[in-house]
Parts: sequence; structure tokens; C-alpha cells
Amino acid sequence: MARWQFGITTVYHFLMVPLTISLALLVAGMQTAWVRTGRAKYLAMTKFWGKLMLVNFAMGVVTGIVQEFQFGMAWSAYSRFVGDVFGAPLAMEGLVAFFVESTFLGLWIFGWDRLPRRVHLACAWAFSLATMASAYFILAANSWMQHPVGVELVDGRPRLTSIWAVLTNNTVLAAFPHTIAGAFAVGGSFLVGIASWHLWRRHRDTPAENQDRQVWRASVKVGGWVGVVAYAALALSGDLQSKLMFEQQPMKMAAAEALCHSERPASFSVFAVGDVTRPDCENVKSLTVPALLSFLAKSDFTSEIKGIQDLLPEYRAKYGTNYPDDPRLGELSGKPIDYVPALPVTYWGFRLMIGFGGVAAGMGLLALWAIRRGRVPAGRWFPALGLLTIATPFLGNSFGWVFTEMGRQPFVVVPNPSGVDGVWMYTAQAVSSGVTVGEMLTSLVALTTVYGVLAGVEFYLLRRYARAGVAAVLPGWDRPEPEPGGGDPDAGDTGGGDGAGDRKPDDVLAFAY
Amino acid sequence: MDLATFWFIVIAVLWLGYLFLEGFDFGVGMLLPVLARDETERRVMVNTIGPVWDGNEVWLLVAGGATFAAFPGWYASLFSTAYLPLLLVLLALIGRGVAFEYRGKVDSRRWRATWDRVIMFGSWVPAFGVGLVLSANVLGLPLDARGDRVGSPLVMVRWETLLGALALVGFCLVHGAAFIALKTEGDIRERARRLAVRVAPVALAPLVALLLLVQVRAGEGWTWAPLAVAVLAAGAAVAQLARGREGWGFAFLGVAVAAAVTTLFGALYPDVIPSTVDAANSLTVHNAASSPYTLTVMTWVAAFGTPAVLVYQGWTYWVFRKRIGTRHIPSVHVP
Ligand code: HDD
Ligand code: HEM
Ligand code: HEM
Repeated sequence: MARWQFGITTVYHFLMVPLTISLALLVAGMQTAWVRTGRAKYLAMTKFWGKLMLVNFAMGVVTGIVQEFQFGMAWSAYSRFVGDVFGAPLAMEGLVAFFVESTFLGLWIFGWDRLPRRVHLACAWAFSLATMASAYFILAANSWMQHPVGVELVDGRPRLTSIWAVLTNNTVLAAFPHTIAGAFAVGGSFLVGIASWHLWRRHRDTPAENQDRQVWRASVKVGGWVGVVAYAALALSGDLQSKLMFEQQPMKMAAAEALCHSERPASFSVFAVGDVTRPDCENVKSLTVPALLSFLAKSDFTSEIKGIQDLLPEYRAKYGTNYPDDPRLGELSGKPIDYVPALPVTYWGFRLMIGFGGVAAGMGLLALWAIRRGRVPAGRWFPALGLLTIATPFLGNSFGWVFTEMGRQPFVVVPNPSGVDGVWMYTAQAVSSGVTVGEMLTSLVALTTVYGVLAGVEFYLLRRYARAGVAAVLPGWDRPEPEPGGGDPDAGDTGGGDGAGDRKPDDVLAFAY
Repeated sequence: MDLATFWFIVIAVLWLGYLFLEGFDFGVGMLLPVLARDETERRVMVNTIGPVWDGNEVWLLVAGGATFAAFPGWYASLFSTAYLPLLLVLLALIGRGVAFEYRGKVDSRRWRATWDRVIMFGSWVPAFGVGLVLSANVLGLPLDARGDRVGSPLVMVRWETLLGALALVGFCLVHGAAFIALKTEGDIRERARRLAVRVAPVALAPLVALLLLVQVRAGEGWTWAPLAVAVLAAGAAVAQLARGREGWGFAFLGVAVAAAVTTLFGALYPDVIPSTVDAANSLTVHNAASSPYTLTVMTWVAAFGTPAVLVYQGWTYWVFRKRIGTRHIPSVHVP
């Protein structure tokens, strides 16, 4: 149950996270363009996408708080076991990243008329870079669980010997670009989807000079390129990850492919029919690309990849055949250990991750092509496809995580051939033994319900703002003749608004809740 | 002083920062339906904390994160023992964070009223819950030899901890009212100030009672001193507020909470969680701490990180230093 709760809350948190990371940086970029060129179109983009980011940000923040406390509440045995190592990146994340993020976000939201333009822009960069930093630290913590390094074993517990090794773990060095690129895949299709709807809806026959039209065109372009480049980066960094995984977690690699018997060279299965549940692979027919798996794992087309049936004896020899006799393990105590992760989940998780990302990138390309040289496609398919594909990179990211996390079962901290010997922990040992089933159930139900409701609210707001377009965030935008190059008079001003007493326009806050 | 003790102090300081900062923004949320007469005034109140509440909340996250890094045993035992109270706190904080951001996003009376209720709930509940958990931590929890809880999920609800919960709620009320008086102008400023003065004797009483209780049960000789400072500062704060000096009143409340935290953590030391089952099970600064290496690393991080945080958070308050009133509130503009 603790696992369900962790899975649900984390996947949920990670629906907000990639959108926040990518939009924050893209908005900072748009604002930079505005500050440098002074063109109204960039201000409009900053304000519009910035608003959507804020709606999403709030959810990212509040679901993150749950994450931070969950380790102690539901995984206290785990926290005691790894605290010496695992707590440090988490605390650094708070001290270095969250403070910056939250403080400068506040300054950015409320500072439009209080700060000089460039300082205000710097705030945007500060918080968007801080979201990246936060991703780095938390991924370092997560990567340590996949590949424990920089520790020695003292009294049966890992003790940190080198924080540097933890922060430069090769697993995080590969996972960080992969995750960030995944985030940009989300941001890219978000821009493409919403902007293509506006283009189609409002601008099938407006002139090319129309300001509003330019906003959406530029957004589709940015989004399309970001999406395509992100996918390329995903494939490259994913390939790196596969190589590490082959070395560090051979069982996960085999599970990703539902590869039962060793092959040399191993082929990559694209699609399988039949029952991939069983580790002995009866009744499975699959469409394969010869030798590709060997390439993913070792950069050549000949290496042998071990299958599950051959790995099982190795794992049993190394880590034992049965769980230790430990009352905390409950009914698992003393039982044989099942070293094979849930195959359908890992197998399909891996494929869906790649597949959904591919669909998103495809849409990016298609959109770029469709709007080439100022065109606006007239067909309904254009906005419909655009809006639909917004969901795909979200799904790709979630499946990526599900694969990573389920692929390491039954361990929470995975023993690694190239990690530090003897450091591992079974998931079943990690949960809080003092916490009752009733408590877990209460929190599971309560959190799931609240999350469900809030998902509805967020979706409703995002839709509302997305539909309304620029006018909703820049008063006066839809006036027939916006001043050329001027933008919004009270948002752009650098003055501090020191009106003496009576109600001057600049005495009013440019932004207020 | 050894590193583990140093980190004990750091964690006390983080809690202090949290209680001081989020203390007033809980207070603002709690008073939202009481002080504001109309929608514009409600928006004035929300906007006094608009730019800063998220930064304030991070103090809690960092207090939690630093405890995890420096005292994994403390983090694990406290958080799992306080499972249900913390769950409530989390739910309330979730609602509150979203509510600030979303309440103004749709122009409808019902929409705003709903979120106002969430803000109120989201401010009363965590103040109550955090007070409960902190005072239970100081007074002791029923821990077995492994550091797991003995007893029902609600063991930490006792009259002493309820007193602790009321102590924090009361402090937040006064602190929040003082903050509004300090940050607004016109009618609402005056109302907030008068409210602070009027409720203070009742609202601050549980805090004083809690400090005395802890002092008598677990205090050291020297902790009488901060206790006395806390009581005097609280009195001075009320006196200053009564004279219309909001800045001084607010500052004295800060002194009071600092002295109160010193008393509580001073009484706790060298334990981090006393066990009420058997003193041998108590977690102490030494048996719950991380390795010296980890503590050293964390010390470096804190040495660079903390001053930076103080500087830029201070700067935020400087940027938004001006009082706001109803005339500053822009008209509603939403899709
Ligand atoms: C790859 C990125 C990533 C991953 C894997 C996680 N997070 Fe996260 N988290 C972020 C990226 C992020 C972010 C983008 O930086 C957020 C989203 C919205 C925000 O404010 O920051 C954030 C917010 C956020 C907050 C709120 C910060 C605030 O109040 O400003 C907390 C406490 C956490 N996270 C904690 C966690 C924990 C304990 C995780 C592990 C299980 C976790 N996050 C996974
Ligand atoms: C980067 C920080 C992360 C850390 C430190 C982390 C850590 C953990 C821990 C401690 C568990 C419980 C133990 C277990 O069941 O294996 C877990 C499970 C899980 N996590 Fe993560 N995780 C992280 C990120 C994520 C993300 C971003 C997602 C998805 C969006 C995710 C999805 C899951 C799922 C689905 C499970 C349940 C798997 C299972 O227990 O069967 N995790 N993770
Ligand atoms: C194109 C080819 C891709 C390859 C070869 C690939 C490879 C991988 C591998 C091997 C892992 C597991 C790492 C581990 O468990 O140690 C992984 C994880 C992950 N993938 Fe991919 N991936 C690809 C595309 C994508 C796409 C398109 C997305 C999202 C849109 C995505 C998102 C993720 C995420 C979020 C994780 C979990 C976090 C992490 O471990 O970094 N991947 N990927």
C-alpha cells in the first residue's frame, strides 16, 4: 500500500514537474526576447505562457510537499537505512533550489512594476534555473538507489564517504539530460497543441501582420523545434542509460525486453503478441529488429545480452534465494525472493515511453511543416491532432518512471555489479513498520481523492486560460490598434509606482491575487 | 561543540524561521473571514503575503529535509509516529497553496468563497497540527527500541500536546494580525491592530502555559532565561501594538518566538525525541545523527546556502515593503 501511495503521488507530481521545468525556461527565454527587442509579440507570449505555467506551478509545489514528507511517514525503515546518504541531496535541494525557486517566483509574479526590467528578467532566469537544479538533486538521490556509490558499509548501513561520487554518479549524469529532455518534450507539445488551436481558430484569414497571429505562429515554431530536438536528446541520453543499465541492472535490462534466454547478438523487440507475463516466455511472438538491443547495451551489434533465465541463478547466488527471517518483512519473511520484476509493466512501459515520445515529436514536425511560410491549415485535423498529442509526452514520462521504478523491484536500493558491494535493501523491508494499515489506507484514499479533485480544477483553469488567449492576461491586447512595439503600458514600466497619494494608474498593483 | 550538536541548533533555527515566517501568513489566512469586510479587503489581505508565502513554506520543507540529512533516525521516527496529524497538515497545505493561486482566477462569488474556505481551513489546521507535533516531540513519544511507535495512531493527542497546538494557533493569530496592521493602510490596518491587542491575552496564554509545562518537566536551569525573555517580549509586543507602533510590536513577537523556540529545544537537548516508554529508547543527538562526514558536507552547504537565502528573502521583503490598501487593488481581469 505504501508503494501504491508512493507511486500515485509521485506519478502525479511528475505530471506537473516536466511542464513546470520546461515552461519556466521557455518563458524566461520569451521574456529575454521581449526585453531585448521590445516587441509586443514576445511580451504577449511571456504573459500568456507564464500564466499557464503559474496555474501548473501551484500544483507542482503542493504535490512536492507530500513527496518530501512521505519518506519519513511511510518509509521510515528506508529513511533510517539510507538517511546518511539520501538525506543530503534532499536537503541540498531544499536549501539550494526550493528557496530560490519560491522566492524568485514570488518576485517575478508580483514584481512587474516594482523591479527594473532587467532585474525582473533575472528573477525569471533564477527560478527557472532553480527548477533544473532541483531536478538534478532529486535525480541524484534517485540514481543512488539505482546505483549506490560513494558509500561504505558500517554496521550494516551505508555510510557516505564521498558526496562528490553521489552527485556525479554516472547514472544521474545520464538520467538528468534524459529527464530534462523529457520535460522539454512536454513543453514543446504543450506549445504546439494550444498555439495551433488558436492559429486555426482565429487566424485562418487574418493578415500575416496581425499581432495575435504572430504570437501563435511563433509559439508553434518554438514548440515544434523544442519538441523535435528534445526527442533527439531523449534518444541519445536514453541510449546512454541503456548502456549503464546493462552494466548496473542486468535484470532490468532483460525485463525491459522480456528477454528470457540469453542472445548473441540480441535483437530488440518492437512489439510482442501473447503473454509476456511469464519469465519462461512461452507463447510469445514478437517482432524484432536484429542486434539492436546489443547496440543499445554495448554499442556493437554482436554482444551477448543475458536473459532472465540465465540471470536468475546469478542473482540467487549473490543475494540469496530467500528473504531473511525478519519480522518486519511480514509474510515475506523467509520466503523465496522473486527477482523478476513485473514483466508486462517493464516491457510495455519501456515501449510506451519511447512510442508516446515519438508521437509527440512527429506532431512537432508535422506542425512545423503545416505552418511553413505563413500558412494556416484549414482542416480540423490540425488543432485536433495538436491538442491530442499534448497528452503523449506526459504519458511517455510517466511510463518512463514506471519502468525505471518497477524494473528495480524487488529492491528499493539495487545491488549493483559496479556499485558498492553489499549495499541493497528490499522494498518490503523499507516501509514504516510502526504505521498501521488503517493509517496507510486513510492517507491513500485521502490523497488520491484530493489529487483527483485538484486535477479537475487545474485542467479546468488551464483550459479556460488557454482558450481565452492573450487578451485574458494582457488587458487591452484585443483593442483594434495596439501601439506598435509598445505592449502593455502599465506592465512594461520600470518606475516604482511612487504615486503621491491619490489614485494614479501606476499606484495600482500591476499584479495582485 | 560537536557537529551533531551544531546541527541540532541548525534545525532549531530552521523551525524558528518557519514559525516566525509562516506564523504570520497562517495568521493572515486564519483571519481572512474575520478581518475583511468585503472582497477588496480580502484581496488586500491575501496580497500582503502573496509574494512571500511560498518562500516561507520552504522553511518547513528544509527543516524536514535537514532533519533527514542530519538525523535520519529523528526524521524517520517523528514522521512515521505522527502519521495522521501530518497527513492532515499536508492535505491542508495542499489546499492552501492551490487556493492562493486559484482564488482570483475565475470571477465568481461562489468560486472565491470556496477557495476562501480552503484558505481558512488550510491555515487553522496546519498551525494546529504543527503545534501538536512539535510539542509532542519535545514532551516525548512512545518509541520502542527500534524507534517505532508503540500505541495507537492517535497516541500523540494528549492534553499537553493539545495545549501545544493551541499555543501555536494563538501565536499565529496575534502574529498575523500584527503583520496585517504593519502591511496595510486605512481601515483594515486599524481593525487588525485592535484585534491583535484584544485577543492577545487569551491567545498567547497557551504559549506561556506550554513553556512553563516544558520547563517544569524537562527544562534546564538556563532555559528559565529564554522563557522569561519570551514572556516579557510577548508583553512588550502587546504594549507596543496598543500604542500603535506596529513595527515594534511585530519585532517583539519575533523575539518572543525566538525565545520560545530556544526554551523548547533547550529543554529537548540532548535528546531529539525522548521516549515515554523507556528512557533507554530515547533518540539523542548522538544516536540519531548521520556520520561526521555527512554532517561536514551539510555544514558546508548550509554555510553557503543560508546567508544567501537570508539575503534574497530579505530583499523580497524590501521590494514589497510598501503598505497596501484597497486603492492598490486592480480590478478583476480574468477570462
Ligand atoms: C526531475 C524533476 C523532479 C523529480 C523527479 C521530483 N521533483 Fe519535486 N519538483 C520539481 C522537480 C522534480 C520541480 C520542477 O522543481 C518542482 C515542480 C514545481 C516546483 O515548484 O518545483 C518540484 C516541487 C517540489 C517541492 C515543492 C517545492 C516548493 O515548495 O517550491 C517539493 C518539496 C518536492 N518537489 C520534492 C520532491 C521529492 C521528495 C521527490 C522525489 C520523490 C520529487 N520532488 C521528485
Ligand atoms: C527522483 C526521485 C525519486 C525517488 C527518490 C523515488 C523513490 C522511490 C521510492 C522510495 C519508492 C518506493 C519503493 C519502491 O516501491 O520501490 C518508489 C516507487 C515508485 N516510484 Fe519512484 N522515486 C522518484 C521518482 C519517481 C518519479 C518521478 C516517478 C513517476 C512519475 C516514480 C514512480 C514510482 C512508482 C510508479 C513507484 C512504485 C513502484 C513500486 O513500488 O512498485 N518515481 N520510488
Ligand atoms: C528514444 C528512445 C529512448 C530510449 C532509448 C530511452 C531509454 C531509457 C532508459 C534505458 C531508461 C531507464 C533508465 C534506468 O532505469 O536506469 C529510461 C527512463 C526514462 N525515460 Fe526514456 N528513453 C527513450 C525515450 C524517452 C521518451 C520519449 C521519454 C518521454 C517523453 C522518456 C522518458 C523517460 C523517463 C521520465 C525515464 C525515467 C527517469 C530516468 O531514469 O531518467 N524516454 N529511458
